[in-house]
Amino acid sequence: MNRSIAAEPGPRLRAGLWREMREAATRRAPPQLLGKILYIENLTVSFDGFKALNALTLYVDPDELRCIIGPNGAGKTTMMDVITGKTRPDTGSVWFGRNIDLLSLSEPEIAQAGIGRKFQKPSVFEHLTVFENLELALAGDKSFWKTLLARLAPEDHDRIDEVLAVIGLATDRRAPGGTLSHGQKQWLEIGMLLMQQPELLLIDEPVAGMTPLETERTAELLLSLAGKHSVVVVEHDMEFVRSIAGRVTVLHEGSVLAEGDMNAVQNDQRVIEVYLGS
Amino acid sequence: MELVRRLRAGLPEDGGGASFLVILAAVAVAVPVLNLAVPASSPFHVSTFVLTLVGKYLCYALLALAVDFVWGFCGILSLGHAAFFALGGYAMGMYLMRQIGTRGVYGNPILPDFMVFLNWKELPWFWLGFDQLWFALLMMALVPAALAFVFGWLAFRSRVTGVYLSIMTQALSYALLLAFFRNDMGFGGNNGFTDFKEIAGFDVQQDSTRTVLLVVTAVALAAAYLACRAIVGSRAGRVIRAIRDAESRTRFLGYRVESYQLWVFVFSAIMAGVAGALYVPQVGIINPSEFAPINSIEVVIWVAVGGRGTLYGAAAGAVLVNYAKTFFTGALPEVWLYALGALFILVTLFLPRGIVGIVPARMAAK
Repeated sequence: MNRSIAAEPGPRLRAGLWREMREAATRRAPPQLLGKILYIENLTVSFDGFKALNALTLYVDPDELRCIIGPNGAGKTTMMDVITGKTRPDTGSVWFGRNIDLLSLSEPEIAQAGIGRKFQKPSVFEHLTVFENLELALAGDKSFWKTLLARLAPEDHDRIDEVLAVIGLATDRRAPGGTLSHGQKQWLEIGMLLMQQPELLLIDEPVAGMTPLETERTAELLLSLAGKHSVVVVEHDMEFVRSIAGRVTVLHEGSVLAEGDMNAVQNDQRVIEVYLGS
Repeated sequence: MELVRRLRAGLPEDGGGASFLVILAAVAVAVPVLNLAVPASSPFHVSTFVLTLVGKYLCYALLALAVDFVWGFCGILSLGHAAFFALGGYAMGMYLMRQIGTRGVYGNPILPDFMVFLNWKELPWFWLGFDQLWFALLMMALVPAALAFVFGWLAFRSRVTGVYLSIMTQALSYALLLAFFRNDMGFGGNNGFTDFKEIAGFDVQQDSTRTVLLVVTAVALAAAYLACRAIVGSRAGRVIRAIRDAESRTRFLGYRVESYQLWVFVFSAIMAGVAGALYVPQVGIINPSEFAPINSIEVVIWVAVGGRGTLYGAAAGAVLVNYAKTFFTGALPEVWLYALGALFILVTLFLPRGIVGIVPARMAAK
């Protein structure tokens, strides 16, 4: 299965594609780096002199499940903010596939391009029902005049039902988002990501505040997503990370400290010093 | 009662909204009939004063509906809707001024009296076309819409929200107040427009004309209510509420939040403009005091008292608060502003869902 952006360009992006691909291939990416879904290079963000990200370079493969860990202030959330367009970096580049320069797009455009984000704090629409939350996340034309007249097609209904089953909220479809438990809100938000049908999911602390049982179910959910989507998870919970991750990236003071599988990372002396050992 | 139940069953909405439409229809039928068909000696006769008062309340209800639509559903607390109301009113006022013709004090067939008084020789360009009712009706919607579009485009694109936006809308209203006070603006300075003679060929002082204006206002209010319901009930309406509750989440789902806010704001401004245009022929005067910032704040109080985010609650709040205002400013004028302030505080503390918030609870208890 090849779901990379370069292989499946949207019609909007088709123009100039070959030129951009050639340029991107020759100018930016060494041969072994072709075919990534996310290229973060030399990214620096500073807030009042404090470098939240410091020349961060990170690549994500298509269909990979990547965990990002690191102590507080390591820059994990800032990195997500830059990828999704919320924060503008001082220097560096962020490319989605080889054709989409994320730094030139706004938040809605980035979402439309195929990047979904789950926030650290569960943020669902509290006054809308579970079903309506998913309806709004449905992929498609999201301009005002289109949604004014939009009707749910049968296949959209099926898609929502499917996602409701995946996130285990089928019986709560009519409940307002605000009445759900903390864990259910987290799942609803992941469900909203699935409705967007993104290539890349960015998930910030999915199991914070969850019971062990909920955590276990969330791990299953995320594992089932990898392989169909690229998933980047930021998490503090080491047990959880060990249970899901193939590859782990450790951030420290705004740059990558170590990268590899969980065992390698855990035995890395520098990682033990700054994070795991403490 | 049977009729009410049937009408309710026929309308695909909540009980409150259906009751609102039924009451509105009843008022639009009963008040004109009791005014025109019942002799003045009868105790059931509705005087012209009351007739005009009801018409005025309905205009306020439409204005409150406009504010509830942006504030209750999209979370944009506009403290400048009186400006859109006044602009719609001025558009209608310009038409009514041109209808006076030679019946003015100076008898000039083209120029309104205040222009003759200021020694103006010809009509300013922006007065052209206002001798036609259709043009005035177009402008009553278009001018507020254009102002709301430009203002909203700048504000929402720069992500000005919350209290900053509220302050800017106050400033906008105040700037227009000062501008319209100036004689050389060409809108009659601080006297504004008054002494209207006729509208569409009918004497504005006649009871029958006033009756028609009341019915037209009621129809406009019902139409605006149904339009708001339709928008709120669509997927766009759910996006609008999503923006109110979690703006940045909505953005990360791929919605261009500023465009939604802009269209909601423009539509609301049009409703306010229509309300103002219907208000002016019924009260017989429009002057710059309609732009006063306090007016916009009062509208917000009506909405809060009636019940924010319900539409019909806003309309009910407008009528109730204004009825109280009419009563208090007649009986105890010095108490009114204190009563208004106290009402706002009490409702905020004890009735967060407004007056209509207590009605469903009582109906459920029965």
